[in-house]
Amino acid sequence: MWSILTNNWNALLSGLGYTLAASILALIGSLIIGTLFALMEISPFKALRIIGRIYVEVVRNIPLLVITLAFYVIVPRFIIKIDGFTAGTIGLLIYTSAFIAETVRAGIEAVPSGQMEGARSIGMSYTQAMRQIIFPQAFKIVIPPLGNQFINLVKNSSVLAFVAGFDLMYQGKLIAATTFSTFDTYLIVGVLYLILTMPLSYLMRYLEKKWVTA
Amino acid sequence: MHIFIDAYSWINLRYLLQGLGVTLEVSVASIIFSFVLGVILGLARYVKIKYFSAIVGFVIDVIRNLPLLLILFFTYFALPEIGIRLNVIIAAIVAMSIFESAMLAEIVRSGINAVPRGQMEAARSNGLTFYQAMRYIIMPQALKKMIPPIVSQFISLVKDTSLATIILLPEATYHAQIIYGQNINYMIPMFVALAVMYFVVNYALSLASRWLDRRLVQSN
Repeated sequence: MWSILTNNWNALLSGLGYTLAASILALIGSLIIGTLFALMEISPFKALRIIGRIYVEVVRNIPLLVITLAFYVIVPRFIIKIDGFTAGTIGLLIYTSAFIAETVRAGIEAVPSGQMEGARSIGMSYTQAMRQIIFPQAFKIVIPPLGNQFINLVKNSSVLAFVAGFDLMYQGKLIAATTFSTFDTYLIVGVLYLILTMPLSYLMRYLEKKWVTA
Repeated sequence: MHIFIDAYSWINLRYLLQGLGVTLEVSVASIIFSFVLGVILGLARYVKIKYFSAIVGFVIDVIRNLPLLLILFFTYFALPEIGIRLNVIIAAIVAMSIFESAMLAEIVRSGINAVPRGQMEAARSNGLTFYQAMRYIIMPQALKKMIPPIVSQFISLVKDTSLATIILLPEATYHAQIIYGQNINYMIPMFVALAVMYFVVNYALSLASRWLDRRLVQSN
């Protein structure tokens, strides 16, 4: 078991790096896109609301693997050559954005409607009220579920293994195939995933408790 | 456009639907096992028996924080090394049930926790045993709260069965890959078909959840 760890240390470490990179990039991207769609879903215009709703419902109900594979095989064939890591990260980003849109929408809706009315009645524009009154309050509500989304992202980034994305799971697969000690390899890979996800999930549980009671 | 008509030939459609059949079979079996196991684990964590509940809680946390893909790999590729050889459908069901039951256990626990403490106290002071109070007072209220998150977990489960392509489970995604592997022009039609199939199943589930939620809230 130790020999697997020491002999493949570099591969595992680089896998961990790719996993983290894909998760962070996808988180940033999906935060932007997710917030945009959340704003569409609560906008005063019906057309925007419908577009936002359709996007969220469609993306949420399709497996991440199908979305990722679509980017991996369709985009290079018809549009532009991209590698597995890029395709995987884009797939993760699109998939997660639908969940983030839901989280952000719920966060904004949890802010009492009197806040918006109050802001508007003292002369703020819709954008100003959103930016200066609603968002700061929604932020606190949204942080724990967003943290959980990030944990999901780290776990879900293992689909990169399907598209040669050099992530931790992919490296684990390679190591298992070359050393033939599948059991020990996947145990090590599991521990490495837990090092990333466990502290985060305990932190989020702590924040949830602290902020809900506050 | 004729690419779509060619791609959706009877033979291909039947093959895709066979895949969907396996997807549903594995999903339903995993839903049943993981629900039963999830409720038991959630209760085990809730009752706070010294050491026992802490250990159960830790195991649940570990499983929840691992990628399902890793658990799938483990059950199919690593377990044979210690003499446990499962066929691909059983391996998929076992892996999914382990992972999803840990997720459900958390939902069950927080659902029970959301029932006000006074309910249990009042039930106990009326002379009900702990078991009776759980069975007739706490669980009915908690289950109503749990329905939306449980159903969305089931939706995740149906989507997650696609990951079992990696252990060559002959489900929908795997079959679609085989079809466009034979004729690269069928790529887009196959992805459209996959998207439609998963969407229909999952959207139906979420509509059912909303309907159930409404009915139960009305019955209050």
